[in-house]
Amino acid sequence: MNCIIIDDEKMARVILKTLCNEVKSLNVIEEFSSAIQAMKFLNETKVDLIFLDIHMPDFNGLDFIRSLKSPPKIILTTSDPKFAIEAFEYDFIVDYLLKPIESGRFQKAIQKAEKFTITAEEAKPIEQSLKKEIDNDFYVNIDRRLIKIDLPSIYLVEAKGDYIKIKTEEKEYTVHSTLKKIEDKLPDSLFLKIHRSYIINIKKIIDIEDNSVLIKRDVIPVSRSKRPELMKRLDLL
Amino acid sequence: MEKPNLEYVNQLARGDESIKNELIHVIKTEFPEEKKDYYDSLKQNGFKKIEENVHRIKHKISILGLEKSYKIANEFEHNLREHSFERQKDFEKILTAITNYIETI
Repeated sequence: MNCIIIDDEKMARVILKTLCNEVKSLNVIEEFSSAIQAMKFLNETKVDLIFLDIHMPDFNGLDFIRSLKSPPKIILTTSDPKFAIEAFEYDFIVDYLLKPIESGRFQKAIQKAEKFTITAEEAKPIEQSLKKEIDNDFYVNIDRRLIKIDLPSIYLVEAKGDYIKIKTEEKEYTVHSTLKKIEDKLPDSLFLKIHRSYIINIKKIIDIEDNSVLIKRDVIPVSRSKRPELMKRLDLL
Repeated sequence: MEKPNLEYVNQLARGDESIKNELIHVIKTEFPEEKKDYYDSLKQNGFKKIEENVHRIKHKISILGLEKSYKIANEFEHNLREHSFERQKDFEKILTAITNYIETI
């Protein structure tokens, strides 16, 4: 299996290369200290397996997974298993290895990778599989009526005490619910919580200033801690 | 305080001196850089950056067999996420211990 290693820490890359060299079926063709470098490489080169560190600055392992057009098998490496949980929703994740990686555990992960097959459906770009979610709509209970709301039409959700205000292209709805509940229903690919009281549809942003976004006619504050994630999600020229 | 050791490095190298030397070389070059990044990030006062640097150093702590210290680093990393500096002094004692140790290997 041709594989690559992605980890911002050199020590981790050297350890993984050492472990890979013990396995005849593995051929490390490249190593990267950043996921962005690896993305460029993967556009031109087919690989069978990626060893991917989840916790990296700027563009982390999960961002990388979401950006893959045709995902190969991936073994996650992490110091903290809770970072691996989110990634396991993707079918091409073979296993995760806790750092410092033990040789015996590494061998087991490779055996799993060798038996692991990715179906054509699973190998579809992440964007496509997310599209299914985006096509969904959901129902809200307002005055004993269930009203259907088309998810992509929502541009803003605002917390208002025990209620949330959902603003769509056509209408506004006030629903007895919490921001957390609706956040769980909204696809990550479209929506982002940019402040403790606001979730926005990132495709509807008109402009961004230092600490606010203009979305339709609403100027919404952006928390300092949320700004890097927002910037990461935008298609910058 | 527990002492750093090369047990993991030796296990990985399986008696191959060149692998062992390479691993030690990386520890000796990368750890001081990570330590510097950590102290630089403290001056800038950004919790996220400090947390990232602590996270990177955690791996070296575990490689050097410092199990209790690893737990302390974990707690400090978690506290930083909550915007607290609790455990900072304990964490920095670990950095000093590693700095002293890598001068001997």
